Amino acid sequence: MDKKLEKIVQALQENFSSSIEEFRDEVHVFVKAEQIVDALTLLRDKYEFELLSAMTAVDYHPQVSPRYHVVYQLSSLAKNVTVQIRVPVNGDQPKVPTATRVYEVANWREREIADMFGVEFEGHPDPRRILMPVDWEGHPLRKDYPLGYEEPQFTFNFDEIDLRKPYAKE
Amino acid sequence: MGVEEKLGDMGIVTTKLEELVNWSRTNAMWPMLFGLACCAIEMMAAQASHYDMSRFGMELMRASPRQSDPMIVAGRVSRKMAPVVRRLYDQMPEPKWVIAMGDCASCGGVFNNYAIVQGVDEIIPVDVFVAGCPPRPEALIHGVVTLYEKVKGEKFKDLVKG
Repeated sequence: MDKKLEKIVQALQENFSSSIEEFRDEVHVFVKAEQIVDALTLLRDKYEFELLSAMTAVDYHPQVSPRYHVVYQLSSLAKNVTVQIRVPVNGDQPKVPTATRVYEVANWREREIADMFGVEFEGHPDPRRILMPVDWEGHPLRKDYPLGYEEPQFTFNFDEIDLRKPYAKE
Repeated sequence: MGVEEKLGDMGIVTTKLEELVNWSRTNAMWPMLFGLACCAIEMMAAQASHYDMSRFGMELMRASPRQSDPMIVAGRVSRKMAPVVRRLYDQMPEPKWVIAMGDCASCGGVFNNYAIVQGVDEIIPVDVFVAGCPPRPEALIHGVVTLYEKVKGEKFKDLVKG
């Protein structure tokens, strides 16, 4: 890993007893859900990671614990390094404290993760659905969500699908 | 026929009322600006100077549904947008027509999933479908001209409800 990152990652490991994974020159730091706000504040204030480049989540479905990883990608423009923080979250009642107070941009990112995966962010100022309609049930990007596939109409099944399609009359 | 030749010299033309009404409707049909996604770019290209839609009567696009005749649904309609499309269609005054432009508006296009309405005719009744992803401006103009031919064939007795 980058020399500048070594000190930072060491500080994270000491303060939060987190484990690391490395892949080529990327560093992934695993942090527990309760510690995430402190970790982000430390990185933002002491180590100049001003930018939350990306925030997303991954669903490892057949595993129940942890089922989701919430991923924060932080960049430092001053030092030109990036680090990735991963928060493993359980499958039943997934909850993570909100990062909005640390990085303002996390507001919509967390709404998107809450909409698509169902991870609840405690203390979020505006927890509404952002991509799906407001009264939608379900969380589309989970691995056990159906595709919503409609059968294509070919000539041989044209009439039977035609009867089932909800055409608008007027 | 002899009468028409003589009347023509005086600058008078006789025709049926239906034909006059349909002719006037097709010659100045101002569509509603409803470009949702990538097809909107091709709609803009068709409206611009190279492939001019003003030649065919679509002089400009109205942003307000209350002032437009046809609605060109250009682009994919998501499930979140579907009630909005229906509301705008209801706000258009008669006579109104709908052109579903592109594959996504006709049948869902490449998007066969939970979030996109599979064809805008699940929400509003469509008159002309234009295929293509996106359809070339010439294809859209062909769709518009097809709509005009449909309008020219409309009879009053079909429009009366009940």
